[in-house]
Amino acid sequence: MSVPALEVRGLVKHYPGVKALDGVDLVVRRNEVLGLAGENGAGKSTLLKALVGLVAPDAGSIHVRGEPVRLRSVVDAADHGIGMVFQEQSLVPNLTAAENIVLGSEGPAVRRGVYRWEVMRRLAQEQLDKIGSRIDPLARTDSLSFADRQMVEIAKVLRIEERTQHPPVVILDEPTSVLEPKEIDTLFAQIRRLREFATVIFVSHRLDEVLDVCDRVTVLRGGRSVGEVATAGAVPRELHRMMIGSTGSDDHYHENAATTVVSEEPRLSVRGLSGATFRDISFDVARGEIVAIVGVHGSGREDVCRALFGAEPTTAGEIRMDGRTIELPSTRAACAAGIGYVPAERKIEGMVGPMSVAENMTLAKQRARLAGPFVAPRKQATLVDSWIRRLSIRTPGRDTPIQRLSGGNQQKVILARWLVAGDVRLLLLDHPTRGLDIGARSEVYRLMRELAATGVATVLLGDSLEEAIGMADRILVMTDGRVATEVACPNGGKPSPLDLVKEMV
Amino acid sequence: MTSEVVNAPRRQSRRGASFRDAGPPVALIVVFLVFAALSPQFRSLDNVANIVDAAAVLAVVTCGITFVLMMGSIDLSAAGVMGASALTVSLLVANNRNDNDFGLLGIAVAVLLGCAFGCLSGLALVLLKVPSFMATLGMSAVGLGVATLMFAGVQPNISDTMVKGLAIERFLGLSYLTWIAAGCVLVGWLVQRYTRLGRYAFAIGGAEEVLALSGVKVKPYKVAVFTLAGAFYGLAGVMVTSQLGAGLVQAGDGYDFSAITAAVVGGTLLTGGRGGIGHSAVGVLLVMVLTNGLVQVGVSPYWQGGVEGLIVVAAVAAAVIPQRRRNQVVK
Repeated sequence: MSVPALEVRGLVKHYPGVKALDGVDLVVRRNEVLGLAGENGAGKSTLLKALVGLVAPDAGSIHVRGEPVRLRSVVDAADHGIGMVFQEQSLVPNLTAAENIVLGSEGPAVRRGVYRWEVMRRLAQEQLDKIGSRIDPLARTDSLSFADRQMVEIAKVLRIEERTQHPPVVILDEPTSVLEPKEIDTLFAQIRRLREFATVIFVSHRLDEVLDVCDRVTVLRGGRSVGEVATAGAVPRELHRMMIGSTGSDDHYHENAATTVVSEEPRLSVRGLSGATFRDISFDVARGEIVAIVGVHGSGREDVCRALFGAEPTTAGEIRMDGRTIELPSTRAACAAGIGYVPAERKIEGMVGPMSVAENMTLAKQRARLAGPFVAPRKQATLVDSWIRRLSIRTPGRDTPIQRLSGGNQQKVILARWLVAGDVRLLLLDHPTRGLDIGARSEVYRLMRELAATGVATVLLGDSLEEAIGMADRILVMTDGRVATEVACPNGGKPSPLDLVKEMV
Repeated sequence: MTSEVVNAPRRQSRRGASFRDAGPPVALIVVFLVFAALSPQFRSLDNVANIVDAAAVLAVVTCGITFVLMMGSIDLSAAGVMGASALTVSLLVANNRNDNDFGLLGIAVAVLLGCAFGCLSGLALVLLKVPSFMATLGMSAVGLGVATLMFAGVQPNISDTMVKGLAIERFLGLSYLTWIAAGCVLVGWLVQRYTRLGRYAFAIGGAEEVLALSGVKVKPYKVAVFTLAGAFYGLAGVMVTSQLGAGLVQAGDGYDFSAITAAVVGGTLLTGGRGGIGHSAVGVLLVMVLTNGLVQVGVSPYWQGGVEGLIVVAAVAAAVIPQRRRNQVVK
C-alpha cells in the first residue's frame, strides 16, 4: 500500500483538568472511508479539531501524505487538502447556497470587491454537480432542508480540491444526527461516491451506520486509539465492547451505598407527556430511586428532561409530584414543587460565572438566605459554609467567583443550589459528569447516592451507558421520541451495555 | 469553538420568511390609506411631496446605520458626526465667519470627516474590543466636542448659493436633497447586493463564526462598514446645514435614535442578519407618514410623541412575536 493520505502519531492535548487526547494514533489510507467511533469524551472531537487546525496539539505529529505538517488554521488545513463538514450550523443561514460554497475563496466570483453573481452561480453549480445535487445555488440557505444544507456543506468542502493536486480528505462529523432515514440513505450514497476521488473520515454515534458505510473503523477510548476493525462482517457488539473497554472492578459508582427502593406511592409520576420531539412518555420514579434515561443522539431524552423541569413546551400529558399535579408546567412551578435541575451546559445554563460561590448556591432558593426582603449576610455565610463543608467543595472561600473553581467543584455548587432550602424531592441530572475527570465523577456519584438515601428521587441522563448502568436502579431506553423499553438495573443484576445498545439502535 | 450545543432542528419555512418581509410595506400602505381616508389635506399631492422631502435626511442617516445593524452592531454616533460635519461644511463653503469658498470640495471634506469618525468607531470595536454601543456613543461625544470647538460661540451662516439651493431648488416637484437621498438609497442597495462588503456585513450578522471558520478575516470588513456609515452621516450633516442655512452643533440631534427606529420598523433586526436598505427605506417612509398623518388628522401635538412611541413598540412587537421561544433571553 502506498503512503497513507493522513497519519496521526502520538497526538496529545491537555485541557485544564482533562487529558482530551492521550497519544492518539490514526492512519487514513487513500480513498477509503474510515470510521471513528468512541463514547462521549473519548477524544473524537478534539482529534477532528486538531486535524483542521482548530486545536493546537501539545505533542505528537500529523502527516499528510507522509510529510509532517503543522496546521494553524482551517485555511492551513484546506491548503493541505483537509476539510471538515461540521456538525450542522456551519453555513451562514442568510446567504445563498452559492455564497456559502465559495465563502472565503470566491476567486473570480468577486472582482475588486464587486460580486459577479453569474460567475458565482456557475462556480457553485460546478461543485454541486460533483456530488450530483440539484439544489438551486441561489436559494437562501435557511430555506433549504437539513439534508440539502448538508449537501451544500459537502460541496463547499470539496472546493479544497482546487488548492491541492492531491485527492482531498473530507471529514464528516456526526453528519447523520439531524437527518431523516431517507436522507441518510442519500448521504451514504454520496459518501460512497466521494470515495472515488477523495478520502473520507466519518464520525457517528450510531454504530450500525459506521459499519454500514465505512471500510474500516478506528475506536477511541480515553484519548487513545484502542483498536481497529475491518467492517466487513463486523457487528456493532464488537465495536461497542472496544468503546467501553473493561469496566474497572472498583466501586466507582458506590454501588454498596445504593439504597433499596421501597415501592410505595411514586414520587414522580409522568403520564402521556408529549412535546415537539417526544411522544406519550409515561414512567414513575420512587423515593430514593435513580432512574436513568438512555438513548442515542436525537432520541429526545434531553427534551423530556427539560420538559419535566418546565423548560420545554409540552403539548399533552401530566406530571405529578407526590400525587399532586403540577399545573401549567413552568420552571417556577417545578422549583416550587421541589424539583431541581442540573443542566448539561454547565457554563451556559448552570452557573453565572463571575458571581460568587455563595450567590450561585443561593440562586434558586433566595428564601434560604433572606431575612424579610433583605439578604442576611450572616445567615448566608453560615448556610453556604455548611454546604461547602458537607459536599467538600474545594474553593478558596464562599466569595470566590465560581468560574475559578474546577468543573467538579462547580458542579457540586450547582447541586448544592437545590439542597440549601432542604425541600428538594426530585433531581433532574442532565449529563452531570460531563467534562469532569474521574475523581470528580466519583464524588458526584457519591453525592447522588447520599441524596438518594435521604429519599430524593433522581432522573439521570448519563454521559455514557456505563454511567447509567452503574448508577441507576432502573433504565428507560428511548428511541425516536418514545420509551422503547424499561430495563431493571438492580445491584448484582445489572444489564450489560450490549443489551441496551440492542434496544437503542 | 465550543459548539457542543445540540441545535434543535429549527426549520424556517420560505413562506414564513416572505410573510415577515411583507409586513412593513403592507403596514406602510395601510397607514397611508387610513390617513388618506381621514384627511383630504393628507392625500394632496403637495403633502405627499412634503412627506418625501421631510424624509430625506433621515433616509440618508438610516442608510448608514442599516449596514451597521445588519452586522448585529449598533451605531449611536450619527448625532455627533453630523454636528462635526455641519460645522465643517459651513466653515469651508462661503460663509460669514471666514473667506473660504471651497464649494463642492467643502462637502467632500465633510463627508470624509464622517468616514474618519466611522473608521475610528470601527477600530475601537475590533482593536480595543470596545462594544459598538460604547465606542459609537463615545465617538458621538467627540463629534459634538469637535463641532463645539469649531462653532466657537459664533454661528456660521452660509452664503454659498449652491449649498443653500440644495434644500430650496426643486426637480420634478421634489427638492434636490430628496434626490440626493434617493441616490443614497440606490447606492446603499447596490453595495448591499453587489459588493463583498455589503454581503459580508449581512453574513457577519448571520453567523460570524462561520465566516471565521471559512478563513475570512472579519475585522477589516467591520471597520469598513462603520466607515461607510460615517460617510452617510457626514453627508446628512451637509444636508441639514443646507436646510438651516447655518452650521449648528445640534444639526444631528435625535437622528441617531430616529434612524434606528426607522430601520427596526422597516424590518431590520437589531441582532443582525436580517433586513437591508430596502427595508429601511420603507421604515423611514412609515415613520414620516405617521408623523405627518397624525398632524393632518388633528392629533394634538402634545400627544404626538407618545402616540408615535407606542406605535413603534407595537410594530416591533408584532414583528418578533412569531419568533418567540420559551425561556428566550431578550436584552
